[in-house]
Amino acid sequence: MSQYRDTGVVLRTWKLGEADRIVVLFTEHHGKVRAVAKGVRRTRSKFGARLEPPTQVALQLHEGRNLDIITQAETVENYRSVREDLDRLARGVSMLEVVDQLAQEGEPDPQLFRMLTGALRVLADDDPPLVVAGFFFKALTQTGFGPMVDECVVCGSDGPLVAFDPDRGGMLCGPHRLGLPVSADAAAVLAQILGGNLGAALALPASPVTSEVDRIAIAAMEHHLERRLRSPSVLEGN
Amino acid sequence: MSSYAAPVQDLIDELGRMPGVGPKSAQRIAFHLLKIPTEDALRLATAITEARQRVAFCTRCFNVTEGELCGVCRDERRDTTVLCVVEEARDIVAVEKTGQFRGRYHVLQGAISPIEGIGPEQLRVAELLTRLEPEAVTEVILCTNPNIEGEATAMYLGRLLQPLGIRVTRIASGLPVGGDLEYADELTLGRALQGRRDLETG
Ligand SMILES: [Zn+2]
Ligand SMILES: [Zn+2]
Repeated sequence: MSQYRDTGVVLRTWKLGEADRIVVLFTEHHGKVRAVAKGVRRTRSKFGARLEPPTQVALQLHEGRNLDIITQAETVENYRSVREDLDRLARGVSMLEVVDQLAQEGEPDPQLFRMLTGALRVLADDDPPLVVAGFFFKALTQTGFGPMVDECVVCGSDGPLVAFDPDRGGMLCGPHRLGLPVSADAAAVLAQILGGNLGAALALPASPVTSEVDRIAIAAMEHHLERRLRSPSVLEGN
Repeated sequence: MSSYAAPVQDLIDELGRMPGVGPKSAQRIAFHLLKIPTEDALRLATAITEARQRVAFCTRCFNVTEGELCGVCRDERRDTTVLCVVEEARDIVAVEKTGQFRGRYHVLQGAISPIEGIGPEQLRVAELLTRLEPEAVTEVILCTNPNIEGEATAMYLGRLLQPLGIRVTRIASGLPVGGDLEYADELTLGRALQGRRDLETG
């Protein structure tokens, strides 16, 4: 059996037996990896807090028949402020949940990896209101399912665009409206995020417009994944 | 497709529902149970039946108990003003072993897990709130696990309880006794430094 090294973000963990955990990681060069961390639940484990989401770790793994085994883990980034703030944590976990769904075992996607670590960094440092929406739309684009927001998906007219339909994958003009109604301000923000000006969108303070964009991003992502996301609603209103 | 007789498959399926037991282990345990003497297997069956019929959850703190209230809640010498919140009843055993805590407990029966979709409403949080006034609770010690779920739960409860004028403390997640400093991860070591205390001399 062979060893390999990679760096990865811990997406989630499962208890296994008495003291072990299955750790699901999104690695830079091996895509999604499910691996066993032996003894990690013992308080004296050499892994300590390193194998908890959303930590980014440098790993050494032993290839196994079913699951790989983690033999070493060093922290690259622990995103401490994400772990220690409930709102940031909820947002961080929703990004991890999405990556867990998008990423495949044995299918490396270094670009998505860089996007995830970048988004976690932004979340940890500044926590802008649109960090999750920005990540969701960018991740959809990276997977080839980015919505069309600069013209009507039905007729190609460039405006005004007044609705977003996840089913048709984009914005719609007045005559073709379907799906979620979208305000003019939110439409402009969507155009920024998907038109290469994410920075401007991330600089926006929290407002009804950012909440609106957030809801559209979740709807678009849930439609693509064909399932509801669990994490955005768990701590809502708390 | 099952190739086992129905009763065997039923047994494997039931065992496979247990936490931490995968299909492979379920199979192994099932065949073990079929191989051992009948009375040994029946003793296990009886132990399960007895435990289920005689042991319930304490109506106040959700610890396991044989009566309506658990041993801790019945003990009048315990300090009712300090409450130690734990995820599972078995954590009470661990805290009791330290001999350092003289208050009462509250078992949440789980932890918040955004990724599993487990929120506060699935835990015994409402029951915790109803205890505060009648028991004159002034301090709540959050003794949840030092992992992401336990921390999320502690943060949530802290946010809920502090505005009520209750002192909320979190167990220090420091270095394990017997561990080597050089093996400590950065987060653990950082928190141990934050939670440092004056050295008591003399
Ligand atoms: Zn149109
Ligand atoms: Zn009790």
